[in-house]
Amino acid sequence: MTVPSVPPTLSGKRPSKLFKNWMAKMASLPMILTALVVFVGGTAWTVTYSFTGSRMLPRTKWVGLDQYERLWSSDRWMISITNLGIYGICSLILTLFIGFTLAACLDRKIRFEGVFRSIFLYPFALSFVVTGLAWQWILNPDFGMQSVVRDWGWTAFNFDPLNNPDIVMFGLLIAGIWQGSGLIMCIMLAGLRGIDEDIWKAAKVDGIGTVKTYIMVVIPMMRPVFVTALVLIAAGIIKLYDLVVAQTGGGPGLSSEVPAKYVIELMFRAQNLGQGFAASTMMLCSVVIILIPWAYLEFGGRKRG
Amino acid sequence: MADLTTNTAVEPRGPKLKKAFSRTNIFLYGTLIMVSMYYLLPLYVMIVTSLKGMPEIRLGNVFGPPMDITFEPWVRAWSEACTGINCDGLSRGFGNSVRILIPSVLLSIAIASVNGYALSNWKFKGSEVFFTILIIGAFIPYQTMLYPIVIMLREMGLMGSIWGLVLVHTVFGMPILTLLFRNYFSSIPEELFKAARVDGAGFWQIYFQIMVPMALPIFVVAIILQVTGIWNDFLFGVIYTKPATYPMTVQLNNIVNSVQGVKEYNVNMAATLLTGLVPLVIYFASGKLFVRGIAAGAVKG
Repeated sequence: MTVPSVPPTLSGKRPSKLFKNWMAKMASLPMILTALVVFVGGTAWTVTYSFTGSRMLPRTKWVGLDQYERLWSSDRWMISITNLGIYGICSLILTLFIGFTLAACLDRKIRFEGVFRSIFLYPFALSFVVTGLAWQWILNPDFGMQSVVRDWGWTAFNFDPLNNPDIVMFGLLIAGIWQGSGLIMCIMLAGLRGIDEDIWKAAKVDGIGTVKTYIMVVIPMMRPVFVTALVLIAAGIIKLYDLVVAQTGGGPGLSSEVPAKYVIELMFRAQNLGQGFAASTMMLCSVVIILIPWAYLEFGGRKRG
Repeated sequence: MADLTTNTAVEPRGPKLKKAFSRTNIFLYGTLIMVSMYYLLPLYVMIVTSLKGMPEIRLGNVFGPPMDITFEPWVRAWSEACTGINCDGLSRGFGNSVRILIPSVLLSIAIASVNGYALSNWKFKGSEVFFTILIIGAFIPYQTMLYPIVIMLREMGLMGSIWGLVLVHTVFGMPILTLLFRNYFSSIPEELFKAARVDGAGFWQIYFQIMVPMALPIFVVAIILQVTGIWNDFLFGVIYTKPATYPMTVQLNNIVNSVQGVKEYNVNMAATLLTGLVPLVIYFASGKLFVRGIAAGAVKG
């Protein structure tokens, strides 16, 4: 038995409270260190150093908000933010729509449900690098989809997102949705399975159509599931990095840059640490902005059903 | 989140369709089959491309099946593909990934399961606070912590080594795994724990003799989660390792996106498939457990 034995060096009259349950505390040490040193400490360090003029090495030369002013006047950062905005809004709407529609289809007592579910979910097992490279090849303007459609006779067909700065984000979007929508479908399906079947009988008695029942009754009932899905998608969007590196490399030019890539390029390539820290602090702020309303909805109000 | 995931096994709840060929039915299956094609297309294209020779690819149809099948691209991707001056193929990256994967999975699961056990059965003052910080920490963008970790690894002399990356994976795997194990251990009846305590069993005895044997399914879920997550990692690999220790994903990206030489699309696709093979095999072999894993991992976002 793990008797809280008092080490002889600590000659207290009674066992110190600190040593009660000491084995559990020892075992939790990795967790405590991770939480305090890496998560709290690391984040605080980065935020603090974002107010310095660090370049190649971190320095404590305070420059106030200078890094942030430079960040927001940098074209590359503005492009990154705009790109993420476009990608984010489209990805959020499309992933929710596709995820819910597929889940609703699968929930209609169809045959081969397991097969369809496996097909929709398998891309999620693949890394963003694999996803990006596969779609890079399919969207290849010389050999890929565009050339095939042209060979079929539609010679004016033009879809080369990887070479056209105006639509490059949509090329990434196709790949991103392919990879991530299966997860949302899974969550939605679990949510749909949690809904009382009597709803359908009641809707039938009242003569409400299937689609209308989904929109008017089922979706409002699934609000917590939608909120979870929303947080997941949003957290994934902010982290968008690997896919861009693999599929477009940020190009053509700077047209598919994203904030996560900006941070890493400035910290590890351009040797401009201060800018990287400021940009990553902005990323942190955006997460906080998303998380606070969610935490409020999830844990604040007790009235949700 | 946990209550969502367990429901997937329940029977479909939607209204029953009566006629086999009703209009809704055709529409339903039509939609599902169309969407399935979008999901299957990349896998299909990768497979057929990797089996074609370069002349056939230049002729043109990415969607066409290979006229004469060749496995040469696979061999070249494995053992000859170049990144810069190194031309030893993906095999080096595969080796590195395996050497990163095994200790990372073992270490992260060992630590997280003990954490989860301590958090559910041996609560101490402040344990919930640390756990909350840990979970909130899972939402912090990795970019915010990248550089401080570089400094820490440098101080420990692990920067660029495989063990440095193992440590990073252990740290970032901790929130989700701890949550997973804590929730699972909390669901084990407390009487069992109390009875063992009365019988004089200690912290480790209860862990090894009661908790671990009861938690085997959740260990499998954790292994699936970690193997796919660590294998698919790119960000940490590219930052905390050096070219000699690059994991497979990083090396793959360098091979395919290298600007030198003629692009060999068939070799590239074979390399991509090789990298995706490990998680794909796990996915198709594990079935429902994978779903449980990602639904738990979903919290990580």
